[in-house]
Amino acid sequence: MVEQIENMLASYKGEKGGLIPMLQKVQQRLGYLSPEAVSQIAKLLNISESEIFGVASFYAQFRFTPSGEHSVKVCLGTACHVRGGVRILETVERELNIVPGGTTQDYKFSLERVACFGCCALAPVMVIDKEVYGRMAPAKAKQILAEY
Amino acid sequence: MDTITLNIDGQEVKARRGMTVLEAAKEVGIYIPTLCYHPSLSPFGACRLCVVEIEKMRGFPTACTTPAAEGMVVHTNTPQLQNLRRNILELLLSEHPHQCLICDRKEHCGPFDICLRHVAVAERCVICPKNGRCELQQVAEWIGIKELTLPYTYKDLPVKRDGPFFDVDYNLCILCGRCVRVCQEVRGVGAIAFTYRGSQAMIGTAFDRPLLEAGCQSCGACVDVCPTGALMERANKWEGLPERQVVTTCPYCGVGCQLKLEIKNGNIIGVTPDLDGPANRGQACAKGRFGIVEFVHHPQRLTSPLIRRDGEFTEASWEEVLELVAGELAKYQGNQFGLISSAKCTNEENYVMQKFGRAVMGTNNIDHCARLCHAPTVAGLATSFGSGAMTNSIREIGDAACILAIGTNTTSAHPVIGLEIIRAVRNGAKLIVANPREVELCRFADIFLRHRPGTNVPLLMGMMRVIVDEGLLDSSFIEQRCENFAAFKDSLSNFDLDFVEKITGTPGELVAEAARMYATYKPATLLYAMGITQHSHGTDNVMATANLAMLTGNIGKPSSGVNPLRGQNNVQGACDMGALPNVYPGYQSVATPAIREKFEAAWGSSLSSIPGLTLTEIFDAAYEGKIKALYIVGENPILSDPNAKHVEEALKRLDFLVVQDIFLSETAQLAHVVLPAVTFAEKDGTFTNTERRVQRVRQAIEPIGDSQPDWQIVCQVAKRLDANGFDFEHPAEIMEEIARLTPSYGGISYERLENGGKIWPCPDREHPGTPILHVGTFARGKGKFIPLEYKPSAELPDEEYPLILTTERSLFQFHTGTMTRKVKGLNILRREELVEMNPQDAQRLGIADGDQVRVLSRRGEVLAKARVTEVSPCGVILMTFHFAENPTNVLTNPALDPVSKIPELKVCAVRVEKLPA
Ligand code: SF4
Ligand code: SF4
Ligand code: SF4
Ligand code: FES
Ligand code: FES
Repeated sequence: MVEQIENMLASYKGEKGGLIPMLQKVQQRLGYLSPEAVSQIAKLLNISESEIFGVASFYAQFRFTPSGEHSVKVCLGTACHVRGGVRILETVERELNIVPGGTTQDYKFSLERVACFGCCALAPVMVIDKEVYGRMAPAKAKQILAEY
Repeated sequence: MDTITLNIDGQEVKARRGMTVLEAAKEVGIYIPTLCYHPSLSPFGACRLCVVEIEKMRGFPTACTTPAAEGMVVHTNTPQLQNLRRNILELLLSEHPHQCLICDRKEHCGPFDICLRHVAVAERCVICPKNGRCELQQVAEWIGIKELTLPYTYKDLPVKRDGPFFDVDYNLCILCGRCVRVCQEVRGVGAIAFTYRGSQAMIGTAFDRPLLEAGCQSCGACVDVCPTGALMERANKWEGLPERQVVTTCPYCGVGCQLKLEIKNGNIIGVTPDLDGPANRGQACAKGRFGIVEFVHHPQRLTSPLIRRDGEFTEASWEEVLELVAGELAKYQGNQFGLISSAKCTNEENYVMQKFGRAVMGTNNIDHCARLCHAPTVAGLATSFGSGAMTNSIREIGDAACILAIGTNTTSAHPVIGLEIIRAVRNGAKLIVANPREVELCRFADIFLRHRPGTNVPLLMGMMRVIVDEGLLDSSFIEQRCENFAAFKDSLSNFDLDFVEKITGTPGELVAEAARMYATYKPATLLYAMGITQHSHGTDNVMATANLAMLTGNIGKPSSGVNPLRGQNNVQGACDMGALPNVYPGYQSVATPAIREKFEAAWGSSLSSIPGLTLTEIFDAAYEGKIKALYIVGENPILSDPNAKHVEEALKRLDFLVVQDIFLSETAQLAHVVLPAVTFAEKDGTFTNTERRVQRVRQAIEPIGDSQPDWQIVCQVAKRLDANGFDFEHPAEIMEEIARLTPSYGGISYERLENGGKIWPCPDREHPGTPILHVGTFARGKGKFIPLEYKPSAELPDEEYPLILTTERSLFQFHTGTMTRKVKGLNILRREELVEMNPQDAQRLGIADGDQVRVLSRRGEVLAKARVTEVSPCGVILMTFHFAENPTNVLTNPALDPVSKIPELKVCAVRVEKLPA
């Protein structure tokens, strides 16, 4: 794995501006930004790991834990927000005991928040893998999660 | 100088070109509120509190980022600006506890006010540790904010206490980013960064790890720049404001950081680095920043004289003990007596001690630990240039175009000089690091030459051969300023790159590349430390660096030169003061009749013309019974000197041993009489740092217990031996005598040092000091090239002892640990001795990280824990000597450099065995 990252990053060596593309490449390959990967990028670019983490954590696209078997996405776009998306997110957070960007200890679920799925009519919306669940309520969300 | 004139609030202001509007306003005392600005940092323009109006400019530029320009008309305090600032501040305060800030009975608030009962966390100023020195308070006060219209959120984050020295309470953070910038920009560490975004945005570490795991070095720089109570030193968090501050010089390393000791109720409660310190400009390291209070106020400090009676120490009065010491010493006048002075003591004390040894005891047997660090520097650079000290000042390093750092782990041993190197690299300088160990600095290096221990001469000669062969030398400099070039050039013929590669283990092409870099990027400066000097051919190594600088004309100019980094706070000064066996103060030879007569006249005593014994020779003489009485001040040779068992035995054979120290060190435990001295915080004096800058040490607190300053103790002993010339009332008087007798200190006086140190040579009262040596002409006239040959280290690995041991320093401990190991937090950062070894060697020996191992040499053995790391090269193990329970110097080789008599502490052959679990 370490070698894999090394090969992948070798082509970027020395290009300090290339941090974001580099992070994207790693995420594409590993599915997330692992501590090992960040440490290697740090050596390559001579930027500290904290700086890299700082940049990466600014963008919603990067995750720092491997994704779970099922990806749970809760919408917090305007429509969903207005109709209680936050409560849905809170419920899921509590149920799974993780925050957005996190993965449960058993690697079963990972959680993300999204801006809009484009099906605002169904707000608030939760999506698990490819399945769209509309008109969510906290109790309903719990139930759905339990079915997985 | 390039000055410009502008108008600020109707006032004519002269400013230097390059200043910002904010700096120009500050210069004339016009206040503009700021929160993200800090004088140590580059402008950030984030908080927008410093907005101003500038005529003919649109909008509201921030004063901290706008350069001052000729003819500018600036308004800093219009109703519109105040409004803007009020809005900005309100926004900030909506996320920062502010009850007290806007409280209308603020002026009447007393210690037991009722609102206190309702709070458990620092959610208002009166219970915030920063109360009274918080910049947010100052700004809110100035803007006069009375109520808040925005809803308030308390972030309710847990206070982090993961480092040993400071607490992190981000509930009080205003995201000004000063901490992030100082850690990245100035310290080159980057342990913290802005993380996440929006309402989650916060200062954090990679993967939200604890600070220390993110690479934090506990320097405290972030604490010092934080405007709020978010980052607070734990030890004095609730002490409140100090009553007064005393600016003094750090007692640890040779950088000479200026520190402000904060005093309350007669105790030191805190230490902050001084922004005006010429060498450190507001920076320090963990030792100086957090490692002083605890050792000064440590319960184990010696508080009373001790006399050994029937093998046990008993407390005694000064009267009794001084009588005893004087009576005993009277029996051993002449060469049966030896004096070991101290690089930790002040100049005045070293002066008094060598005067005591020479004028009262009648011997030149005086030396100190410089023998173990920079004796080759004094000998080597004196031969090449005529003066054995750093040729240039610390500040200049940051402006060099190329830096060659050889045999120095600068960021550990001279942390604040390390910052200067990092500054140079940020400014685009090239950095070449030559070291067997992959030191921290390698992260910033363009070229890393990993040569084998003990192969400095071939490495440097190889570089010089390339420079000569490729015509990169500075011929006109050599012709006009130097001599003996032809002979030197001939000696290069032995050092072709194949040979160099074979001996040093460094690829020839890399050596050539480094040579080209050093020769072409000018000015180039060369820094070195113990990796050059602690060898049986240490003087050769030093002369090789001098050759290289002369070859490329890199000497006698700003930001160039040969710069030995000296280890102890006052090792430069102890040498300057003549705590050496062959010279009086100012390196005036004891063997020169005219000079001796001068001192005989001044001291009213006849003096010996025979140079005395060196440190290592003193112990040999004691071992053989030739020296019978020894007076050791502030040194711990049992841990610091090579072949430590021999030293211990030598001390035990003495008829009379006096040790004067602040703690009962390992050496003091063998003494007949122990005299309690004070620390740097309890006395006045001066230290001379590694750049030759004489700086004040100022008394901050009263002596602890019955302890006394070293100079006072020695003077009293001298007087009891009926000596004249020891009636000093204050160290300032001693400095007057020094100035009279020492040409290079001729212009030094306490009065002149009041506003910052002076760099010697400073021959008279008008002289400003000399940061750059050898300008125009060398101290000895012409610079002398010295032909050199390769001499292997005295003890090389063989079948029985197949590995090389080389010694190093930790950032968090100092020397034999007498001071630093009294500090809990520093012990957390570096707890124990570690034997660093390469994974390949470890694997072959079946050793895993953390295993207990036994290290054996021909002279002894030591147990310690293994640390398997790539940082250590194959075939080499690294150990420090900070820990009495693992006395590394039992192993090291006392083989001496024939010229300077330094022992070979950097190379000896050892074997490592795994201990059964
Ligand atoms: S203590 Fe020093 S190294 Fe640690 S975070 Fe603060 S500035 Fe950075
Ligand atoms: S911790 Fe202090 S210095 Fe750092 S961003 Fe917060 S307020 Fe500023
Ligand atoms: S130990 Fe050296 S670098 Fe650290 S604060 Fe003291 S003088 Fe400065
Ligand atoms: S806002 Fe949630 S789907 Fe559009
Ligand atoms: S001080 Fe100028 S923007 Fe913060």
